[in-house]
Order: sequence, then C-alpha cells, then structure tokens
Amino acid sequence: MNGPFLLTLIWIIPFVVALACLLVPHDNHRLMKLFSLVGNLINLGLVILLTLKFINVAGIAPAGSDSSASIFHFAYKTPWFKIMNIEYNIGVDAISVLMMLLTAIVIFCGILASWEVKQQAKEFFILLNVLVAGVYGVFVSIDLFVLFMFYEIAVLPMYLLIGLWGTGRKEYAAMKLVLMLVAGSAFILAGILGLYFESGISTFDLALLSQVRFSDSFQYWAFPVIFLGFGVLGAIFPFHTWSPDGHASAPTAVSMLHAGVLMKLGGYGCLRVGMYLLPEGAQVWMGFFLVLVTINVLYGAFGALRQTDLKYITAYSSVSHCGLVLFGFTAMTFTGLKGGVLQMISHGLMTALFFCLIGMIYGRTHTRTVSEMGGLMKVMPFLSVAFVIVGFAGLGLPSLSGFVAEANIFVGSFANTAAINRVCTVLAVLSIVVTAVYVLRAVNALVNGPIAPKFSLLTDATALEKVPVSILLFCLFGMGIMPGWIIELVNGAIKPIFNNLSR
Amino acid sequence: MAEFIFTNSYLLLILPLLSFVIIVLWLAGKYQNPAELDKTLRCQNQINDSEETQKRADDFAKGPKIAGLAAILLATLNALYGLGLATAYYQHVLAQPEHYPNRTLVCFDLAWLNFSPGLTANMGIYLDPISVMMIVVITMISLLVNIYSIGYMKDDPAFDRFFALMSLFTFSMLGLVVSSNILQMFVFWELVGVSSYTLIGFWYEKPSAVAASKKAFIVTRFADAFFLIGILLVSFQAKSFDFLTLNLPETAALLNQSIVLGSVPVNLLTLATLLIFAGGWGKSAMFPLHIWLPDAMEGPTPVSSIIHSATMVVAGVFLTARMFPLFSEAVGTLAVVQFIGSFTAIFAAIIAITQRDIKRILAFSTLSQLGYMLFSLGVAKISLHGEMGPGLNSLGYSAAMYHVFTHAFFKCMLFLGAGALIHAVHSNDLMAMGGLKRLMPKTYWSLLAACLAIGGIFPFSGFWSKDAILLAALQSGHYVTFGVGLVTGGLTAFYMFRLFFLAFHGEARSELHDVHEDPWMTFSIVALTIPTLGAGLFEHFFAGEMVASGLAYADHLSHPLWLPVIASLVGISGIGLAWGFYGHGRTEKADEWRQWFGPVYQLVQNKFYIDEIYLFITHRIIFQGIGAPVKWFDRNIVDGAMNLCGRILQLGGKMVRLAQNGQLQFYLGVTVLGLAALLFLAS
Repeated sequence: MNGPFLLTLIWIIPFVVALACLLVPHDNHRLMKLFSLVGNLINLGLVILLTLKFINVAGIAPAGSDSSASIFHFAYKTPWFKIMNIEYNIGVDAISVLMMLLTAIVIFCGILASWEVKQQAKEFFILLNVLVAGVYGVFVSIDLFVLFMFYEIAVLPMYLLIGLWGTGRKEYAAMKLVLMLVAGSAFILAGILGLYFESGISTFDLALLSQVRFSDSFQYWAFPVIFLGFGVLGAIFPFHTWSPDGHASAPTAVSMLHAGVLMKLGGYGCLRVGMYLLPEGAQVWMGFFLVLVTINVLYGAFGALRQTDLKYITAYSSVSHCGLVLFGFTAMTFTGLKGGVLQMISHGLMTALFFCLIGMIYGRTHTRTVSEMGGLMKVMPFLSVAFVIVGFAGLGLPSLSGFVAEANIFVGSFANTAAINRVCTVLAVLSIVVTAVYVLRAVNALVNGPIAPKFSLLTDATALEKVPVSILLFCLFGMGIMPGWIIELVNGAIKPIFNNLSR
Repeated sequence: MAEFIFTNSYLLLILPLLSFVIIVLWLAGKYQNPAELDKTLRCQNQINDSEETQKRADDFAKGPKIAGLAAILLATLNALYGLGLATAYYQHVLAQPEHYPNRTLVCFDLAWLNFSPGLTANMGIYLDPISVMMIVVITMISLLVNIYSIGYMKDDPAFDRFFALMSLFTFSMLGLVVSSNILQMFVFWELVGVSSYTLIGFWYEKPSAVAASKKAFIVTRFADAFFLIGILLVSFQAKSFDFLTLNLPETAALLNQSIVLGSVPVNLLTLATLLIFAGGWGKSAMFPLHIWLPDAMEGPTPVSSIIHSATMVVAGVFLTARMFPLFSEAVGTLAVVQFIGSFTAIFAAIIAITQRDIKRILAFSTLSQLGYMLFSLGVAKISLHGEMGPGLNSLGYSAAMYHVFTHAFFKCMLFLGAGALIHAVHSNDLMAMGGLKRLMPKTYWSLLAACLAIGGIFPFSGFWSKDAILLAALQSGHYVTFGVGLVTGGLTAFYMFRLFFLAFHGEARSELHDVHEDPWMTFSIVALTIPTLGAGLFEHFFAGEMVASGLAYADHLSHPLWLPVIASLVGISGIGLAWGFYGHGRTEKADEWRQWFGPVYQLVQNKFYIDEIYLFITHRIIFQGIGAPVKWFDRNIVDGAMNLCGRILQLGGKMVRLAQNGQLQFYLGVTVLGLAALLFLAS
C-alpha cells in the first residue's frame, strides 16, 4: 500500500464508519458499536503499518544528522481550490505519525470504554467518528487551510458530545469549551491568512512556507496570534478554564479523546505552525510565553490540590501537564522541543487512561467525589492498581512514560542558560512535589482506607473493560521502559524545526 | 568463571524482577476478582457443597506459601550471585588494582535515554568497593528477611502481594547501588521510593498506614525535586551523567566557579553538591526531613527491617559516598553534611530515650546511626581518584562505609527481633511486654548480641565501626563532632538496653497467649548474629580490604588505646544506667525521674513537636494559603473574566437586537438619516 493512499485511507475510514452508522437502525446499538470498533481496529492496524513503513522509509535518523529540505514523507498533493491555491496536500513526519498512533490507540480504547452508552447511541458514535476523522486529518495535512478545516471538524462535534451525553453542568461546559476554542480558531485563521499573504508566494503549503523568511515585523505580531490560538486548545493560562469544566462534564470516551488527543492538537499547532514557520517571532516572544506556561504548570498543580471531584483533579493535572508540553517548547532547545513532543504522547496515554478509569469507577460508585470513596482496592483490585499506576505515571515515576518526557523537558529547559529559563525550570521541577501531593491524595482517598459498606458489593472490571486499560497500561510502561525508538523518531522530526529556530 | 559473572551481571537485577513478575502474574491469575469469587461462592453454598468452600480455603492457605517459597528460591539464587560477584570482584579487580582505575569496573552499560547528541543516560552496572559491599548486604538481608516473612506474614491474606513488593524493592535497591550514572540512580531512587510507599501502606485499610505511606513519599519527593535540580546542574556543566566523568577532577574544576544568584555570590560546586545531597537528606531522613521515618513503622516489620533501616535509608549515605570525590572538593557541603549528621545523631538518640513504641525507638535509633555515617563522611576528605595524599583523611569515608555494613546487619536483626516480640504480645508498646526472656530464649540471646553491637561493646561489629568513626572525627580535628559522637554512643547504649530490659526482663506486663518462637523467624534472627559478630571479628578483611580498599582504615592497634577504652566505658555506663533504671523490667524509678524532668520530657516525647510544625505548614500554608486561593482565583477571577467576555458579547447582541426591531419605518428612518449624513459628508 503506498504511503499517501494509506494516509488518506486513515482519515477517511472514520468518516465511512460514521456514514455506516447513519444507515444502521436506531435501536441496533450492537451493530453500530461493532462498526466503530472494527473500523477503528482496522485504523489502528493501518496506523501501526504506517508507523512501521515510516520507520523503514525515514530510517531511524540519528540525532544530529542533517535534514533534507522537506521534512514530510509519503507526501502527495493535488489542487483543490485553485483560486486560492488551496491543495489537498498530505504528508507526515515522525511527530504526526506518533500522534496518529496515539490517536488510534486512544480512540480504540475509548470505543471499548463507551460500550455501555445506551442513550442515542447512534448519534454518539457518528459524532465520535467524525471527531476522530478530523483529528487524523489535522495530522496528515500539510496545507494549512486543510489543516484548519480538519481542526474545526475535530472541535465542533465536541459541543454536541458534551452537551448531550455529558453530566453535571453540561450545557454550560459545552458552550464554554466550544466558544473558547472557536475564539482560538479565529486567531489561528487570522494567523494563517497572514502567512498566506505575507509569504509572497500565496500558498498554504507548510513545506513551502517553511522556506520563506517572513519579515520580522510580521513575525512579531503573527507569532503570538498563532501561538495563543493553538495555545487555547493546549490549555495555556489564562485560557484554560474550558478544560476543567469541559472534561468534568464530558462522557468517558470524549474526555479520553479530548484530553488525550485533542489538547495535543494545540501543542502540535504551536510547534508545527507557530515555531516552525515563525522562528524569529518565537525568539522574541518566548520569554513571555515561558512565564505563562510556567504559571500553567504550577497553577494547574496547585489548582488540583483542593479539588474534590476526580475529574476536576485530572483536568487540572492536565492543565499542569499540558503546560509542560509548551514548557518544553518554550525552552527553545533541541532536548526541550523533543521533551514537549514526548510529553504530548505520554500525557495523551496517561490522561486517556485516567479518564477511562474514572469512567469505569464512576459507573460503579456513582460518585466522583473522592471523600465519599475509599477502600476500592478491596473490591476492585484491577481498577485500583491501574489507578495507582496511572497516578504514578502522572507524578513522573521512572519506568512509566511521564518520566521520559519530563526528564527531556527539564534537561532541555535547563540547557537554555537565560536566567529566566533557569528560574522557571526550578519552579517547574518543584511542581513535581505538588503533583505528588495531589496524586497521592486522590489515590489514597480512592483505593486505600476502610471501604464504605455501600461499596462492598461492587465488582471489578469486566473482561471487556480490562482490554482498554491493559492496552494503555502496556503503552505507558512500554514508553517508560523502552523509550529509545520513539526518541530516535522524534529526534529526526525535531531537527528541521530546531534548525529553523536557530537560524 | 569471573568473566561469566561479570558479563551477565544484569542477572543480579533480573532475578528479583523475575520474582516480582512471576508473583504478580500468578496473583493476577489467582485473584481474578475476589468479590466476584465470593459471590459465586455464596451462591454455591446455597446450592450445596461446603466441599467447594473447603477447597477454596485450602487453595488460599496453600497458594500463598508458593509465592513465598518462589521468592525465597529466587532470593537465594540472587544472594549466591551477589556473593559470586563479590568474590569475582575481589579476586580480579581488587587483586590487581593497577588494571582498574579507581578499582572500578563498569561491566554493563547500555544507552537508555538519549537527550541530545552529546548527552545520553545509560543503564549500567558499576562495581566498586562500596557497590559490591552494598550488593552483598542487600541480597543477604533480602534473603533473610524473605525467610523471616514466611513466618511473620503467614496469617496475612495478602501474603503473596507482600513477597511481590519485597522483590520489587530488592530489584530497585540493587539497581540503585549499581548505577553507573546519576540519572540511573535517580530512576532507581524513585523506584525504591515507590516500593517503600507501597510497603508502608501495605495494610491499605488502616488509615494510619495509608497516611504514613503518603507522608513518606511526599517528604522524600520534596527532597528529590532538589536532587533533580542538582542533577540538571551537574549534568549540564559536565555534559555527562556518568559517575566516572562526574568524579573526575576536571568536573570539580569546571564547577568550581562563582555565580551570582539574585545578589548573593554562590559557589557552583557547593550549590550543586548541596542540591544533590538534598536527595540524600530526604532519603536518609536527616533532620528536619526525618519526620517520615518514624511514621513509616506503620508498615509490616520485615519492611521496616530491610527498607527503613538496613538498606534504603542508607541511600543518602551511599549517594554522598558515590560522589565523594566531588563532595570532597566542596568544603561548604561537607560542613553541612557533618553538621546535619551529628545533629541528627544526638537529636534522634534523645528522642529515642522517651519513646514507648518499640519500632519507633528503633526508627529513631536508625536516624541516629545514619547521622553517624553522615558526619563521618563530613569529616573525611579524599583526593580525586582516591589516592592518599598529605592532609587527606580518608578514614572518615571508609569508617562510614564500614558502619553502613555493620549497621545493616545488627539493625536488621533488631527489627526482626522486635517483630518477633510484637508477634508474641500483639502490641508495639514496650510497656505491654516484659518477661519474655523465658519464653523466647533464642530471640533474647540474639538480640543481646545486636544490642551490644549497636552499643559499641567489644568485640561486636558496632564497636569497630563506631570506633573508626570517632577516630576519624578526632583525627580530622573536629572535636565537637567527636564529642557529640561519644555522648551519642552512651545514649545509644542506654536507650537500647532500656528497650532490651523492658522487653525481656522482669514480669510480663500484659496477658500472653501461646507465645512461641516461629522457626522461620527465629532462623533469620539467629543467622544474623553471625555477621553481627563476624563483621567485627574479621574487621581487617571487611573494613580494610573490602570496603576501604586503597584507603586508610582504622588500624585500632596502632592508634592510642585510650579512645576505644573511653568509648567502651561510655557505652558500658549507658548500659549500667539502663540496668539501674529498668534492670528488673520495672519502670518505677524511671517514672520518678520523668516527673522530675516534667515539661522537658514532654517536649522530647512529642518529638519536639516537629510533626505539628509540618502539619501547620502543609495545611495552613500550602493547602489553605495557596491551594484554596488558587481554586478561588480560578473559579472567580479567570473564569469570571471569561464569563464576563460572554456577558459583554451577549449585551452587545442585545444592543444590536434593539436595532433589528422589525419595524420598517425604523429601518427607513435610519436609511434616510444615513443617506443624509453621507450627503452631508460628501458636500
């Protein structure tokens, strides 16, 4: 199977699944779930195939090797809107391949985790698949306009998914989430149009744009616009407040997908569009953004400290951890950029598992308030142990993925010798203590202690539920213990971005 | 043979890991779902047979033993491998030091984490005198504690989980001591932290155990954050994580520069070593980060014995020793190490006198002994590459390492013995014991040896190592530290024999049922008397050739005899005092004195209220002072601003809606007005 075809197939399959679900009668839930499951399983297979092909084609580029002009493999383009020079232009580099792999794993697990959805299952699965198609689309696009289009396709189903299937203040949360993200999109669009017109070659092609040296005055205003625009989705302070409410209200699979993958689109955009195309702007603005994301890291951690709802704790920890993604980027060093990318993957896996487990636990206890729980280890050892492990992944325990990412981020950030970077690094490192406090607080309250009588008859995960949890646990450990191949891949993809930054 | 042992040295880590994995997998298969099983069982019971119930009960009873025996089998293999490694190391490396610079052999080193083209963290196995010594200590003690635990944990439903976690700990601890670079050490450092966390909270239904586990993890993590910053700092400067590189004179020279932090000039070397030492500060529970260790006694006693006395808590000492060539250049850091060590030594010993919980007494005693090791390092100075030179005092270094070795065995035994006592009377309270000599003779005599050892009485192991430490302090001219060490020796003898007499002598102070000595437990306790005696008798071999190879060690015969005599006299008078107060297992006399001390005694017994200070800081300042305001700020200010934006837009919408009122006359009117305005402007 040739590369471009594979890429196209990967984003089309979820659409096809969505269409197929459309044709299924309303009450045949089983068939719809089966379609989604099989479709995404096939996609998982295809993405794995893509990853293998990519490793083969790209060769595992050793760090430090010179990069060719084009950083994209399996590239293909064909005109779409000739008037504006918009092209269907696809291709991938290591970052997008890894993000697609992450997406495929998370959505597959997410569908398994939402096996019990009964209310309007048809619409739910259709929207979920459309969302996923959008996410894949973003990762394969090289054309900024198409990328933006897919980005919107990914964001908008969120409104319905949270508003209809959510819990708590779901309408408010859905509205807030979508409005804030769309406001971010407006910034992005402005930035992209600016790039288009300023480049002088009237193109949306990322590869071509990366060769253009934009004027400094343009970069100074365009960079913050784009970085903030994508940053909203990456929950940059102070535009993070959609995240706790949104995640807390969203149904399990949506939380998993949103925190696991969608928030990564923000980081991806910041890196791919912001820093890659506008490196001089980045140089100027980084001090400012460094301070913002350091606030993110600390603020998210302290915010999580006093929360009582499990989902809010996780959501604030996401704010802190996604802050680390951008923190890695703002270090502007090779290792820092790499650390940011690794953190995107690590956090994606980790937070997906977090929400997955919370969904399963909530399905049993019908409460998410930590103080009302306790002693779940007794009745649900599997879920409890998984929760403890993912908690430790969250606090950056070596042998789990979080440490690999955080070590790179901190080493990378420390390598930037500016005083402000040093201070912020120290603060960020100290945040791991706060992280330990809120993680252990949640873990202890949830799984340890005497068990409440009302929970004593609850049961552990079913065989079906164990599948997604096990897959995600495997990935967490895999990345934590054998990070080598991922790091080698990311090295290759970071090189051109770093070269642009240090030109 | 030696070649084989060196090339396959990773087996040392694989064996305990294998033990962990096997037990976990087996456990996962066995306890698919206890609640589910119970339910099915209940249904079955209603139908008919109690046979099924019986079978399951048998499975339960039989199964766990298998886990324990498997763990013991692998631990035995591991101990043999450890011994083999030590022998091979002794015969090949120590015998021909000219081939091995620094007597170091890195026999396994794989790239693990590639940071940037010039900076890679490896996973390796680094053999030098101190890591080999630790390998022997860890594998031996791990084996003995595993054997002991078969007896100690036999009635615990989570028997197999215990062995799994113990194996995990052994794996992590071995990984820590053989680390070839500082990042690897940090990795295993965190893993021992987690093993310790899970084992302190082993009885997870007990709130105090859960709280203690959390406290232990967080306090050590707090220290580890500084450790990590230290790692970042040295690795950035030295462009490497490897100990071989970090301990080079060039690294010290590179770091030895002044920088300005804020407006304070700081020596980078001092800063970096202090930050690294901060990690050890937490792990070795030095004042004021000592608060987690006494609480950690909530875990099962075998855990306290291996993790919280013999091995993990000496990690801080080990870390300092591992990087000693670098520390040696940082005078300020060594002064801190020395001060903190000696302060904690006497501080903890004073608290130990007043405690009633047998395990807490031992915990404070551990703190005190760790203090000894650290101040001994603090008074030492070795040149880079470990050669002797003028004005260098490597005795402190070798004495500290030797004390790590002797302490590991006798303290492990003390804990195991305490566990046997607790098992017998079902209480940690010393006041509930008494008169156990008659009932537990083997434990009695073994513990006597351990108490004499820790009290520093000739010829037990503690005598030699403590003497070496005191000599090091004296020779280096740190007389205050020497005095503190001497006095603490007396206090140590006093509180240990207070414990000993109260537990064994006199009459039983509580009702005892069916007190007996479990064979598994007694075996380990008795077996530990061998190193408690032997490590002292063969002092020349252990201290002179093994641990302190190439460095000075205390040649007790060639030094003034008055020092060991005085030290022994102090120790004996401590024992005598304890005999005077508690000799017949009675406390009346001591109670009178306690009245006399009044509030001072209260202060000490409450551990100087340091826990309360921490509670104040964490709850009042961090939770209520930072966490709660952040939450409020987020809800009201940040979110409020977002909502305000929404409101303003809504308001704007309303304003616009006023214009779109659907009245044609209004539209026409506006159009005419607009046209007029345009015409007016145009004219």
